[in-house]
Amino acid sequence: MENLYREHILDHYRHPRNQGTLDGADISCELDNAVCGDVVRLDVRLKDGRVSQARFSGRGCVISMASASMLTEEILGKTVEELKALRDEDVFRMLGITPSPTRARCALLPLRVLQEGTTLT
Amino acid sequence: MTTRTRLDPIALRAEFPLLARKVRGKPLAYLDNAATTQKPRAVIEAVEGFYCTRYANIHRGLYTLSEEATAAYEAARDKVAAFVHAPDRRSVIFTRNTTEAINLVAYAWGRANVRASDRIIVTEMEHHSNLLPWQVLAREAGAELAYVSVTDEGHLDLESLDRLLAGPVRLVAFTHVSNVLGTLNPAREIVARAHAAGARVLVDAAQSVPHLPVDVGALDCDFLAFSGHKMCGPTGASVLYGRPELLEEMPPFLTGGGMIRRVGRTGASWDDLPWKFEAGTPAIAEAVGLGAAVDYLSAVGMEAVWAHEQELAAYALERLAEVPGVHVIGPPAVPPHLPFPDEGDTPRLPPLAGGDTPRLPPLVGGDTSRLPPLVGGDRGGVIAFAVESIHSHDLAQALDLEGIAIRAGHHCAQPLHARFGLEATARASFYLYNTRQEVDRLVEGIQKVQNWFLGG
Repeated sequence: MENLYREHILDHYRHPRNQGTLDGADISCELDNAVCGDVVRLDVRLKDGRVSQARFSGRGCVISMASASMLTEEILGKTVEELKALRDEDVFRMLGITPSPTRARCALLPLRVLQEGTTLT
Repeated sequence: MTTRTRLDPIALRAEFPLLARKVRGKPLAYLDNAATTQKPRAVIEAVEGFYCTRYANIHRGLYTLSEEATAAYEAARDKVAAFVHAPDRRSVIFTRNTTEAINLVAYAWGRANVRASDRIIVTEMEHHSNLLPWQVLAREAGAELAYVSVTDEGHLDLESLDRLLAGPVRLVAFTHVSNVLGTLNPAREIVARAHAAGARVLVDAAQSVPHLPVDVGALDCDFLAFSGHKMCGPTGASVLYGRPELLEEMPPFLTGGGMIRRVGRTGASWDDLPWKFEAGTPAIAEAVGLGAAVDYLSAVGMEAVWAHEQELAAYALERLAEVPGVHVIGPPAVPPHLPFPDEGDTPRLPPLAGGDTPRLPPLVGGDTSRLPPLVGGDRGGVIAFAVESIHSHDLAQALDLEGIAIRAGHHCAQPLHARFGLEATARASFYLYNTRQEVDRLVEGIQKVQNWFLGG
Protein backbone atom coordinates (compact mmCIF):
# COMPACT_ATOMS: atom_id res chain seq x y z
CA MET A 1 0.00 0.00 0.00
CA GLU A 2 2.82 2.37 0.90
CA ASN A 3 4.27 2.02 -2.59
CA LEU A 4 1.27 3.40 -4.42
CA TYR A 5 -0.29 5.61 -1.81
CA ARG A 6 2.76 7.59 -0.75
CA GLU A 7 2.18 10.04 2.05
CA HIS A 8 2.39 13.11 -0.20
CA ILE A 9 -0.22 11.55 -2.53
CA LEU A 10 -2.56 10.96 0.37
CA ASP A 11 -1.83 14.47 1.56
CA HIS A 12 -2.91 15.95 -1.76
CA TYR A 13 -6.02 13.76 -1.68
CA ARG A 14 -6.97 14.74 1.84
CA HIS A 15 -6.00 18.38 1.42
CA PRO A 16 -6.43 19.20 -2.25
CA ARG A 17 -4.64 22.30 -3.51
CA ASN A 18 -6.33 24.72 -5.86
CA GLN A 19 -9.67 22.99 -5.84
CA GLY A 20 -12.46 24.89 -7.55
CA THR A 21 -13.20 26.62 -10.82
CA LEU A 22 -12.24 29.90 -12.43
CA ASP A 23 -14.65 32.19 -14.21
CA GLY A 24 -13.37 33.42 -17.54
CA ALA A 25 -10.41 31.05 -17.58
CA ASP A 26 -8.11 31.10 -20.61
CA ILE A 27 -7.90 27.33 -20.69
CA SER A 28 -10.86 25.30 -19.50
CA CYS A 29 -11.44 21.66 -20.19
CA GLU A 30 -13.11 18.58 -18.73
CA LEU A 31 -12.69 14.89 -19.54
CA ASP A 32 -13.80 11.66 -18.01
CA ASN A 33 -12.10 8.34 -17.64
CA ALA A 34 -14.21 5.90 -19.62
CA VAL A 35 -13.08 3.01 -17.47
CA CYS A 36 -14.35 4.27 -14.15
CA GLY A 37 -16.33 7.44 -14.86
CA ASP A 38 -13.91 9.71 -13.02
CA VAL A 39 -14.21 13.32 -14.14
CA VAL A 40 -11.54 16.02 -13.99
CA ARG A 41 -11.91 19.65 -15.00
CA LEU A 42 -9.09 22.14 -15.17
CA ASP A 43 -9.38 25.92 -15.36
CA VAL A 44 -6.22 27.86 -16.11
CA ARG A 45 -5.71 31.63 -16.20
CA LEU A 46 -2.77 33.11 -18.08
CA LYS A 47 -0.98 36.38 -17.36
CA ASP A 48 1.75 37.65 -19.68
CA GLY A 49 1.68 34.29 -21.46
CA ARG A 50 2.28 32.31 -18.31
CA VAL A 51 -0.01 30.35 -15.99
CA SER A 52 -0.99 32.62 -13.14
CA GLN A 53 -3.80 30.57 -11.61
CA ALA A 54 -4.99 27.01 -11.94
CA ARG A 55 -7.98 25.23 -10.40
CA PHE A 56 -9.19 21.67 -10.65
CA SER A 57 -12.56 20.13 -9.93
CA GLY A 58 -14.20 16.78 -10.45
CA ARG A 59 -14.44 13.50 -8.69
CA GLY A 60 -12.34 10.42 -8.66
CA CYS A 61 -9.98 8.13 -6.87
CA VAL A 62 -6.99 9.06 -4.75
CA ILE A 63 -4.62 8.83 -7.70
CA SER A 64 -6.57 10.98 -10.15
CA MET A 65 -7.45 13.62 -7.57
CA ALA A 66 -3.92 13.84 -6.16
CA SER A 67 -2.53 14.03 -9.67
CA ALA A 68 -4.89 16.90 -10.50
CA SER A 69 -4.03 18.69 -7.29
CA MET A 70 -0.29 18.39 -7.92
CA LEU A 71 -0.67 19.43 -11.54
CA THR A 72 -2.26 22.73 -10.55
CA GLU A 73 0.90 23.50 -8.57
CA GLU A 74 3.28 22.08 -11.16
CA ILE A 75 2.06 24.24 -14.02
CA LEU A 76 2.19 27.62 -12.28
CA GLY A 77 4.44 30.02 -14.20
CA LYS A 78 4.67 27.81 -17.29
CA THR A 79 4.01 29.02 -20.82
CA VAL A 80 1.46 27.32 -23.04
CA GLU A 81 4.32 25.79 -25.01
CA GLU A 82 5.73 24.39 -21.80
CA LEU A 83 2.31 22.98 -20.90
CA LYS A 84 2.14 21.28 -24.28
CA ALA A 85 5.57 19.80 -23.67
CA LEU A 86 4.47 18.00 -20.49
CA ARG A 87 4.74 14.21 -20.84
CA ASP A 88 3.38 11.21 -18.98
CA GLU A 89 6.77 10.78 -17.32
CA ASP A 90 6.47 14.25 -15.83
CA VAL A 91 3.29 13.18 -14.06
CA PHE A 92 4.88 9.98 -12.75
CA ARG A 93 7.86 12.01 -11.53
CA MET A 94 5.48 14.45 -9.85
CA LEU A 95 3.62 11.59 -8.15
CA GLY A 96 6.82 9.75 -7.37
CA ILE A 97 5.39 6.48 -8.65
CA THR A 98 4.97 4.58 -11.90
CA PRO A 99 1.52 3.08 -11.56
CA SER A 100 0.24 -0.09 -13.24
CA PRO A 101 -1.25 0.42 -16.72
CA THR A 102 -4.79 0.51 -15.31
CA ARG A 103 -3.98 3.04 -12.62
CA ALA A 104 -1.85 5.05 -15.03
CA ARG A 105 -5.11 6.05 -16.70
CA CYS A 106 -6.23 7.53 -13.39
CA ALA A 107 -2.90 9.29 -12.86
CA LEU A 108 -2.82 10.72 -16.38
CA LEU A 109 -6.41 11.91 -16.60
CA PRO A 110 -5.55 15.45 -15.40
CA LEU A 111 -2.69 15.69 -17.91
CA ARG A 112 -5.04 14.54 -20.68
CA VAL A 113 -7.43 17.31 -19.67
CA LEU A 114 -4.62 19.83 -19.84
CA GLN A 115 -3.44 18.51 -23.21
CA GLU A 116 -6.97 18.66 -24.60
CA GLY A 117 -7.38 22.17 -23.20
CA THR A 118 -4.12 23.52 -24.65
CA THR A 119 -4.93 22.00 -28.04
CA LEU A 120 -8.16 23.94 -28.08
CA THR A 121 -6.43 27.17 -27.03
CA MET B 1 -39.95 -32.64 -3.26
CA THR B 2 -36.54 -31.20 -3.27
CA THR B 3 -34.07 -32.09 -0.65
CA ARG B 4 -31.79 -29.35 0.39
CA THR B 5 -28.34 -30.54 -0.36
CA ARG B 6 -25.46 -28.47 0.85
CA LEU B 7 -22.22 -28.22 -0.96
CA ASP B 8 -18.90 -28.15 0.77
CA PRO B 9 -16.92 -25.21 -0.58
CA ILE B 10 -13.72 -26.31 1.14
CA ALA B 11 -13.81 -29.67 -0.61
CA LEU B 12 -14.71 -28.04 -3.93
CA ARG B 13 -11.85 -25.56 -3.69
CA ALA B 14 -9.36 -28.39 -3.89
CA GLU B 15 -10.57 -29.05 -7.42
CA PHE B 16 -9.67 -25.54 -8.61
CA PRO B 17 -5.87 -25.35 -8.97
CA LEU B 18 -5.74 -21.58 -9.24
CA LEU B 19 -7.44 -21.07 -5.90
CA ALA B 20 -4.40 -22.56 -4.20
CA ARG B 21 -2.14 -19.69 -5.25
CA LYS B 22 -1.17 -16.74 -3.19
CA VAL B 23 -1.44 -13.11 -4.19
CA ARG B 24 1.04 -10.69 -2.63
CA GLY B 25 1.89 -13.31 -0.06
CA LYS B 26 -1.71 -13.82 1.04
CA PRO B 27 -4.10 -16.63 0.17
CA LEU B 28 -6.23 -15.58 -2.77
CA ALA B 29 -9.84 -14.67 -2.01
CA TYR B 30 -11.35 -14.58 -5.48
CA LEU B 31 -14.56 -12.55 -5.28
CA ASP B 32 -15.00 -11.44 -8.89
CA ASN B 33 -17.09 -14.33 -10.14
CA ALA B 34 -19.65 -12.17 -11.87
CA ALA B 35 -16.83 -11.18 -14.24
CA THR B 36 -15.48 -14.66 -14.78
CA THR B 37 -14.96 -17.85 -12.80
CA GLN B 38 -12.01 -20.10 -12.10
CA LYS B 39 -11.77 -23.51 -13.71
CA PRO B 40 -11.93 -26.92 -12.06
CA ARG B 41 -9.41 -29.57 -12.99
CA ALA B 42 -12.14 -31.50 -14.82
CA VAL B 43 -12.50 -28.66 -17.31
CA ILE B 44 -8.79 -28.03 -17.71
CA GLU B 45 -8.18 -31.73 -18.28
CA ALA B 46 -11.06 -32.00 -20.75
CA VAL B 47 -9.52 -29.25 -22.88
CA GLU B 48 -6.04 -30.67 -22.53
CA GLY B 49 -7.23 -34.20 -23.27
CA PHE B 50 -9.09 -33.02 -26.34
CA TYR B 51 -5.98 -31.32 -27.71
CA CYS B 52 -3.79 -34.28 -26.83
CA THR B 53 -5.96 -36.97 -28.39
CA ARG B 54 -8.87 -35.84 -30.54
CA TYR B 55 -8.21 -32.40 -31.98
CA ALA B 56 -8.99 -31.60 -35.62
CA ASN B 57 -11.37 -29.27 -37.39
CA ILE B 58 -14.98 -30.33 -37.27
CA HIS B 59 -17.86 -31.09 -39.62
CA ARG B 60 -15.77 -31.43 -42.75
CA GLY B 61 -12.97 -33.92 -42.32
CA LEU B 62 -13.59 -37.42 -43.60
CA TYR B 63 -11.09 -38.95 -41.26
CA THR B 64 -11.29 -40.47 -37.83
CA LEU B 65 -9.80 -37.55 -35.95
CA SER B 66 -12.23 -35.02 -37.42
CA GLU B 67 -15.13 -37.34 -36.76
CA GLU B 68 -14.10 -37.71 -33.14
CA ALA B 69 -13.63 -33.97 -32.74
CA THR B 70 -17.04 -33.34 -34.29
CA ALA B 71 -18.63 -35.87 -31.97
CA ALA B 72 -17.03 -34.21 -28.93
CA TYR B 73 -18.14 -30.75 -30.03
CA GLU B 74 -21.70 -31.86 -30.70
CA ALA B 75 -21.82 -33.84 -27.46
CA ALA B 76 -21.03 -30.60 -25.66
CA ARG B 77 -24.04 -29.04 -27.36
CA ASP B 78 -26.24 -31.85 -26.09
CA LYS B 79 -24.93 -31.36 -22.56
CA VAL B 80 -25.64 -27.65 -22.68
CA ALA B 81 -29.11 -28.25 -24.09
CA ALA B 82 -29.89 -30.66 -21.27
CA PHE B 83 -28.44 -28.27 -18.69
CA VAL B 84 -30.95 -25.52 -19.56
CA HIS B 85 -33.69 -28.03 -20.47
CA ALA B 86 -33.78 -26.99 -24.12
CA PRO B 87 -36.04 -29.53 -25.79
CA ASP B 88 -34.27 -29.29 -29.14
CA ARG B 89 -30.50 -29.38 -29.66
CA ARG B 90 -30.95 -27.21 -32.77
CA SER B 91 -31.87 -24.33 -30.50
CA VAL B 92 -28.42 -24.21 -28.88
CA ILE B 93 -25.91 -22.04 -30.77
CA PHE B 94 -22.34 -21.64 -29.65
CA THR B 95 -21.10 -18.06 -29.64
CA ARG B 96 -17.97 -16.36 -28.38
CA ASN B 97 -19.66 -14.74 -25.40
CA THR B 98 -23.02 -13.40 -24.20
CA THR B 99 -22.35 -10.12 -25.97
CA GLU B 100 -22.01 -11.90 -29.30
CA ALA B 101 -25.10 -13.99 -28.62
CA ILE B 102 -27.20 -10.88 -28.00
CA ASN B 103 -25.71 -9.13 -31.02
CA LEU B 104 -26.64 -12.15 -33.10
CA VAL B 105 -30.28 -11.64 -32.16
CA ALA B 106 -30.08 -7.86 -32.57
CA TYR B 107 -28.67 -8.16 -36.06
CA ALA B 108 -30.31 -11.29 -37.45
CA TRP B 109 -33.73 -11.03 -35.79
CA GLY B 110 -33.78 -7.33 -34.97
CA ARG B 111 -32.97 -5.99 -38.43
CA ALA B 112 -35.71 -8.14 -39.93
CA ASN B 113 -38.39 -7.48 -37.34
CA VAL B 114 -38.00 -4.07 -35.71
CA ARG B 115 -39.43 -1.15 -37.68
CA ALA B 116 -39.73 2.58 -37.22
CA SER B 117 -41.92 3.56 -34.26
CA ASP B 118 -41.75 0.04 -32.80
CA ARG B 119 -40.76 -0.12 -29.15
CA ILE B 120 -37.93 -2.14 -27.63
CA ILE B 121 -38.09 -2.51 -23.87
CA VAL B 122 -35.01 -2.99 -21.74
CA THR B 123 -34.50 -2.30 -18.04
CA GLU B 124 -32.41 0.18 -16.10
CA MET B 125 -30.37 -2.68 -14.67
CA GLU B 126 -28.99 -4.05 -17.93
CA HIS B 127 -25.35 -4.83 -18.51
CA HIS B 128 -24.15 -2.80 -21.50
CA SER B 129 -24.09 -6.02 -23.53
CA ASN B 130 -27.88 -6.22 -23.28
CA LEU B 131 -28.31 -2.51 -23.83
CA LEU B 132 -26.03 -1.27 -26.59
CA PRO B 133 -27.16 -3.80 -29.25
CA TRP B 134 -30.71 -2.52 -28.72
CA GLN B 135 -29.65 1.11 -28.53
CA VAL B 136 -27.91 0.76 -31.89
CA LEU B 137 -30.81 -1.17 -33.41
CA ALA B 138 -33.34 1.38 -32.18
CA ARG B 139 -31.32 4.23 -33.65
CA GLU B 140 -30.96 2.45 -36.99
CA ALA B 141 -34.58 1.42 -37.23
CA GLY B 142 -36.02 4.62 -35.81
CA ALA B 143 -37.53 2.56 -33.02
CA GLU B 144 -38.05 3.66 -29.44
CA LEU B 145 -35.91 2.27 -26.63
CA ALA B 146 -37.82 2.28 -23.35
CA TYR B 147 -36.61 1.40 -19.88
CA VAL B 148 -38.35 -0.50 -17.14
CA SER B 149 -37.44 1.41 -14.01
CA VAL B 150 -35.65 0.02 -10.99
CA THR B 151 -36.97 0.66 -7.49
CA ASP B 152 -34.81 2.06 -4.71
CA GLU B 153 -34.55 -1.46 -3.32
CA GLY B 154 -33.18 -2.76 -6.60
CA HIS B 155 -36.22 -4.54 -7.99
CA LEU B 156 -37.80 -4.04 -11.38
CA ASP B 157 -40.90 -1.89 -11.24
CA LEU B 158 -43.35 -4.22 -12.97
CA GLU B 159 -45.98 -1.49 -13.12
CA SER B 160 -43.68 0.51 -15.35
CA LEU B 161 -43.27 -2.63 -17.48
CA ASP B 162 -47.03 -2.88 -17.85
CA ARG B 163 -47.26 0.76 -18.87
CA LEU B 164 -44.58 0.28 -21.52
CA LEU B 165 -46.16 -2.94 -22.79
CA ALA B 166 -49.29 -0.98 -23.70
CA GLY B 167 -47.46 0.42 -26.76
CA PRO B 168 -46.29 -1.18 -30.04
CA VAL B 169 -43.70 -3.45 -28.41
CA ARG B 170 -41.59 -5.79 -30.53
CA LEU B 171 -39.12 -7.01 -27.94
CA VAL B 172 -38.50 -7.13 -24.23
CA ALA B 173 -34.85 -7.75 -23.34
CA PHE B 174 -33.98 -8.07 -19.67
CA THR B 175 -31.44 -9.57 -17.36
CA HIS B 176 -32.41 -12.62 -15.32
CA VAL B 177 -30.02 -11.72 -12.50
CA SER B 178 -28.46 -8.26 -12.23
CA ASN B 179 -24.67 -8.25 -12.41
CA VAL B 180 -24.62 -5.31 -9.99
CA LEU B 181 -27.63 -5.56 -7.70
CA GLY B 182 -27.77 -9.34 -7.53
CA THR B 183 -31.53 -9.15 -8.03
CA LEU B 184 -33.19 -12.29 -9.39
CA ASN B 185 -35.92 -10.93 -11.59
CA PRO B 186 -39.31 -12.68 -11.90
CA ALA B 187 -38.48 -13.91 -15.38
CA ARG B 188 -41.49 -16.15 -15.97
CA GLU B 189 -43.80 -13.34 -14.97
CA ILE B 190 -42.08 -10.84 -17.25
CA VAL B 191 -42.04 -13.27 -20.19
CA ALA B 192 -45.74 -14.01 -19.73
CA ARG B 193 -46.66 -10.32 -19.65
CA ALA B 194 -44.47 -9.56 -22.66
CA HIS B 195 -45.94 -12.43 -24.67
CA ALA B 196 -49.45 -11.33 -23.77
CA ALA B 197 -48.54 -7.96 -25.28
CA GLY B 198 -47.30 -9.65 -28.46
CA ALA B 199 -43.59 -9.03 -27.86
CA ARG B 200 -40.67 -11.37 -28.24
CA VAL B 201 -38.44 -11.85 -25.21
CA LEU B 202 -34.71 -12.16 -24.78
CA VAL B 203 -33.29 -13.09 -21.39
CA ASP B 204 -29.71 -12.19 -20.50
CA ALA B 205 -28.88 -15.20 -18.37
CA ALA B 206 -25.17 -14.51 -17.97
CA GLN B 207 -25.61 -14.20 -14.20
CA SER B 208 -28.32 -16.84 -13.78
CA VAL B 209 -27.43 -20.00 -15.69
CA PRO B 210 -24.10 -20.30 -13.86
CA HIS B 211 -25.74 -19.91 -10.46
CA LEU B 212 -29.20 -21.48 -10.35
CA PRO B 213 -31.31 -24.04 -12.18
CA VAL B 214 -32.70 -22.52 -15.38
CA ASP B 215 -35.31 -24.16 -17.58
CA VAL B 216 -35.84 -22.36 -20.88
CA GLY B 217 -39.06 -24.26 -21.48
CA ALA B 218 -40.52 -23.18 -18.15
CA LEU B 219 -39.34 -19.60 -18.66
CA ASP B 220 -40.98 -19.74 -22.10
CA CYS B 221 -38.56 -17.10 -23.41
CA ASP B 222 -37.77 -16.72 -27.11
CA PHE B 223 -34.03 -16.16 -26.70
CA LEU B 224 -31.65 -16.68 -23.79
CA ALA B 225 -27.92 -15.98 -23.69
CA PHE B 226 -25.19 -16.97 -21.27
CA SER B 227 -21.41 -17.24 -21.00
CA GLY B 228 -19.44 -20.44 -20.57
CA HIS B 229 -16.54 -18.75 -18.82
CA LYS B 230 -18.83 -17.52 -16.03
CA MET B 231 -19.75 -21.12 -15.23
CA CYS B 232 -16.36 -22.80 -14.90
CA GLY B 233 -15.92 -23.20 -18.65
CA PRO B 234 -13.20 -21.77 -20.89
CA THR B 235 -13.47 -18.35 -22.50
CA GLY B 236 -14.74 -18.24 -26.07
CA ALA B 237 -17.52 -20.82 -25.80
CA SER B 238 -20.86 -19.31 -24.85
CA VAL B 239 -24.45 -19.96 -25.76
CA LEU B 240 -27.46 -18.51 -27.45
CA TYR B 241 -30.67 -20.44 -26.97
CA GLY B 242 -33.44 -19.56 -29.40
CA ARG B 243 -36.80 -21.00 -30.30
CA PRO B 244 -36.09 -23.18 -33.34
CA GLU B 245 -38.99 -21.74 -35.34
CA LEU B 246 -37.62 -18.21 -34.83
CA LEU B 247 -34.08 -19.24 -35.63
CA GLU B 248 -35.31 -20.93 -38.80
CA GLU B 249 -36.85 -17.69 -40.03
CA MET B 250 -33.82 -15.58 -39.22
CA PRO B 251 -31.10 -14.82 -41.76
CA PRO B 252 -27.56 -15.70 -40.71
CA PHE B 253 -25.63 -13.24 -38.55
CA LEU B 254 -22.15 -13.97 -39.88
CA THR B 255 -21.56 -15.62 -43.23
CA GLY B 256 -18.62 -17.61 -44.48
CA GLY B 257 -17.17 -21.02 -43.88
CA GLY B 258 -19.07 -23.87 -42.38
CA MET B 259 -22.57 -22.43 -42.36
CA ILE B 260 -23.64 -23.09 -45.94
CA ARG B 261 -25.37 -25.84 -47.81
CA ARG B 262 -24.40 -24.74 -51.28
CA VAL B 263 -22.59 -21.70 -52.64
CA GLY B 264 -22.89 -20.37 -56.16
CA ARG B 265 -21.34 -17.34 -57.80
CA THR B 266 -24.24 -15.08 -56.92
CA GLY B 267 -25.94 -16.72 -54.01
CA ALA B 268 -25.85 -19.38 -51.34
CA SER B 269 -28.20 -21.46 -49.25
CA TRP B 270 -27.70 -21.83 -45.55
CA ASP B 271 -26.96 -24.86 -43.49
CA ASP B 272 -29.46 -26.27 -41.02
CA LEU B 273 -29.73 -25.13 -37.43
CA PRO B 274 -27.72 -24.65 -35.36
CA TRP B 275 -24.79 -24.49 -37.79
CA LYS B 276 -26.39 -21.70 -39.82
CA PHE B 277 -25.34 -19.41 -36.99
CA GLU B 278 -21.86 -20.83 -36.44
CA ALA B 279 -19.84 -19.35 -39.30
CA GLY B 280 -16.14 -20.10 -39.41
CA THR B 281 -14.19 -22.52 -37.25
CA PRO B 282 -15.74 -22.27 -33.79
CA ALA B 283 -14.01 -22.53 -30.42
CA ILE B 284 -13.98 -26.32 -30.57
CA ALA B 285 -11.87 -27.27 -27.57
CA GLU B 286 -13.51 -24.52 -25.53
CA ALA B 287 -16.95 -25.93 -26.32
CA VAL B 288 -15.73 -29.34 -25.21
CA GLY B 289 -14.50 -27.66 -22.02
CA LEU B 290 -17.91 -26.07 -21.53
CA GLY B 291 -19.44 -29.53 -21.82
CA ALA B 292 -17.13 -30.66 -19.02
CA ALA B 293 -18.12 -27.60 -16.97
CA VAL B 294 -21.77 -28.48 -17.37
CA ASP B 295 -21.04 -32.03 -16.21
CA TYR B 296 -19.17 -30.63 -13.24
CA LEU B 297 -21.90 -28.22 -12.19
CA SER B 298 -24.57 -30.86 -12.68
CA ALA B 299 -22.68 -33.19 -10.39
CA VAL B 300 -22.47 -30.50 -7.70
CA GLY B 301 -26.12 -29.63 -8.25
CA MET B 302 -27.35 -26.21 -9.27
CA GLU B 303 -29.80 -25.98 -6.39
CA ALA B 304 -26.92 -26.51 -4.00
CA VAL B 305 -24.90 -23.83 -5.80
CA TRP B 306 -27.77 -21.35 -5.53
CA ALA B 307 -28.42 -22.17 -1.88
CA HIS B 308 -24.74 -21.75 -1.06
CA GLU B 309 -24.50 -18.39 -2.80
CA GLN B 310 -27.65 -17.15 -1.10
CA GLU B 311 -26.26 -18.08 2.27
CA LEU B 312 -23.00 -16.32 1.49
CA ALA B 313 -24.87 -13.25 0.24
CA ALA B 314 -27.03 -13.11 3.35
CA TYR B 315 -23.96 -13.50 5.53
CA ALA B 316 -22.04 -10.84 3.62
CA LEU B 317 -24.97 -8.42 3.84
CA GLU B 318 -25.10 -8.88 7.59
CA ARG B 319 -21.37 -8.47 8.02
CA LEU B 320 -21.19 -5.42 5.75
CA ALA B 321 -24.05 -3.83 7.68
CA GLU B 322 -21.73 -3.84 10.71
CA VAL B 323 -19.22 -1.57 8.98
CA PRO B 324 -19.98 2.17 9.25
CA GLY B 325 -19.72 3.97 5.93
CA VAL B 326 -20.49 0.93 3.78
CA HIS B 327 -23.59 1.25 1.62
CA VAL B 328 -24.88 -1.75 -0.30
CA ILE B 329 -27.14 -1.22 -3.30
CA GLY B 330 -29.64 -3.86 -4.31
CA PRO B 331 -32.27 -5.83 -2.43
CA PRO B 332 -31.49 -5.36 1.26
CA ALA B 333 -31.62 -8.99 2.33
CA VAL B 334 -33.21 -12.28 1.55
CA PRO B 335 -36.98 -12.18 2.01
CA PRO B 336 -38.52 -13.13 5.35
CA HIS B 337 -37.85 -16.65 6.37
CA LEU B 338 -40.28 -19.39 5.48
CA PRO B 339 -39.80 -22.91 6.78
CA PHE B 340 -38.71 -25.55 4.33
CA PRO B 341 -41.77 -27.62 3.63
CA ASP B 342 -39.73 -30.78 3.31
CA GLU B 343 -37.80 -30.38 6.51
CA GLY B 344 -39.28 -30.84 9.93
CA ASP B 345 -36.85 -28.61 11.67
CA THR B 346 -35.13 -25.57 10.30
CA PRO B 347 -31.42 -26.24 10.12
CA ARG B 348 -29.37 -23.83 12.14
CA LEU B 349 -26.24 -22.22 10.90
CA PRO B 350 -23.38 -21.60 13.25
CA PRO B 351 -23.90 -18.29 15.05
CA LEU B 352 -22.28 -15.23 13.58
CA ALA B 353 -19.64 -13.17 15.24
CA GLY B 354 -22.35 -10.63 15.89
CA GLY B 355 -24.28 -13.22 17.86
CA ASP B 356 -27.24 -13.22 15.53
CA THR B 357 -28.36 -16.27 13.63
CA PRO B 358 -28.80 -15.46 9.96
CA ARG B 359 -32.10 -16.16 8.38
CA LEU B 360 -32.03 -19.07 6.04
CA PRO B 361 -33.21 -18.52 2.52
CA PRO B 362 -36.75 -19.73 2.00
CA LEU B 363 -38.14 -21.78 -0.83
CA VAL B 364 -39.79 -19.96 -3.65
CA GLY B 365 -43.49 -20.63 -3.53
CA GLY B 366 -46.06 -20.73 -6.27
CA ASP B 367 -46.27 -22.94 -9.28
CA THR B 368 -43.14 -25.02 -9.53
CA SER B 369 -44.60 -27.71 -11.73
CA ARG B 370 -42.03 -27.25 -14.46
CA LEU B 371 -39.23 -25.41 -12.78
CA PRO B 372 -37.12 -27.34 -10.35
CA PRO B 373 -38.07 -25.86 -6.99
CA LEU B 374 -35.61 -23.16 -6.13
CA VAL B 375 -34.13 -22.63 -2.76
CA GLY B 376 -33.88 -19.04 -1.86
CA GLY B 377 -35.19 -15.59 -2.42
CA ASP B 378 -34.51 -12.98 -5.02
CA ARG B 379 -30.96 -12.04 -4.08
CA GLY B 380 -28.03 -13.78 -5.72
CA GLY B 381 -24.40 -13.74 -4.71
CA VAL B 382 -23.55 -10.35 -6.19
CA ILE B 383 -23.04 -7.47 -3.78
CA ALA B 384 -22.20 -3.98 -4.99
CA PHE B 385 -21.38 -1.38 -2.41
CA ALA B 386 -19.92 2.04 -1.92
CA VAL B 387 -17.63 2.99 0.94
CA GLU B 388 -17.96 6.59 2.07
CA SER B 389 -15.06 8.82 1.05
CA ILE B 390 -13.17 5.97 -0.60
CA HIS B 391 -13.24 5.54 -4.35
CA SER B 392 -13.92 1.97 -5.41
CA HIS B 393 -10.65 1.86 -7.37
CA ASP B 394 -8.66 2.70 -4.29
CA LEU B 395 -10.61 0.13 -2.31
CA ALA B 396 -10.04 -2.62 -4.89
CA GLN B 397 -6.36 -1.84 -5.16
CA ALA B 398 -5.87 -1.81 -1.41
CA LEU B 399 -7.80 -5.07 -0.99
CA ASP B 400 -5.58 -6.65 -3.63
CA LEU B 401 -2.70 -6.14 -1.24
CA GLU B 402 -4.62 -8.43 1.12
CA GLY B 403 -5.04 -11.03 -1.62
CA ILE B 404 -8.71 -10.15 -2.07
CA ALA B 405 -9.91 -9.79 -5.67
CA ILE B 406 -13.01 -7.67 -6.10
CA ARG B 407 -14.24 -5.57 -8.97
CA ALA B 408 -14.40 -1.77 -8.96
CA GLY B 409 -16.06 0.57 -11.41
CA HIS B 410 -19.39 0.70 -13.13
CA HIS B 411 -19.44 -3.03 -14.01
CA CYS B 412 -20.65 -2.25 -17.54
CA ALA B 413 -23.87 -0.82 -16.11
CA GLN B 414 -23.51 2.95 -16.25
CA PRO B 415 -27.24 3.76 -16.57
CA LEU B 416 -27.88 1.71 -13.44
CA HIS B 417 -25.19 3.53 -11.49
CA ALA B 418 -26.62 6.83 -12.70
CA ARG B 419 -30.01 5.63 -11.45
CA PHE B 420 -28.52 5.30 -7.98
CA GLY B 421 -26.53 8.52 -8.27
CA LEU B 422 -23.20 6.69 -8.15
CA GLU B 423 -20.17 6.89 -10.42
CA ALA B 424 -18.81 3.55 -9.42
CA THR B 425 -19.14 0.83 -6.85
CA ALA B 426 -17.05 -1.99 -5.49
CA ARG B 427 -18.48 -5.43 -6.15
CA ALA B 428 -17.94 -8.77 -4.48
CA SER B 429 -19.50 -11.74 -6.29
CA PHE B 430 -19.51 -15.31 -5.10
CA TYR B 431 -19.43 -18.78 -6.55
CA LEU B 432 -19.59 -22.33 -5.31
CA TYR B 433 -16.01 -22.28 -4.02
CA ASN B 434 -16.27 -19.16 -1.86
CA THR B 435 -16.41 -19.41 1.91
CA ARG B 436 -17.63 -17.42 4.89
CA GLN B 437 -14.02 -16.98 5.87
CA GLU B 438 -13.46 -15.09 2.63
CA VAL B 439 -16.42 -12.87 3.44
CA ASP B 440 -14.80 -12.21 6.84
CA ARG B 441 -11.54 -11.31 5.13
CA LEU B 442 -13.40 -8.92 2.83
CA VAL B 443 -15.03 -7.16 5.76
CA GLU B 444 -11.78 -6.96 7.69
CA GLY B 445 -10.03 -5.72 4.56
CA ILE B 446 -12.55 -2.92 4.11
CA GLN B 447 -12.06 -1.84 7.72
CA LYS B 448 -8.32 -1.86 7.25
CA VAL B 449 -8.59 0.28 4.13
CA GLN B 450 -10.87 2.71 5.93
CA ASN B 451 -8.29 3.08 8.68
CA TRP B 452 -5.57 3.60 6.14
CA PHE B 453 -7.28 6.22 4.01
CA LEU B 454 -9.47 7.95 6.51
CA GLY B 455 -7.27 7.59 9.53
CA GLY B 456 -8.83 5.60 12.31
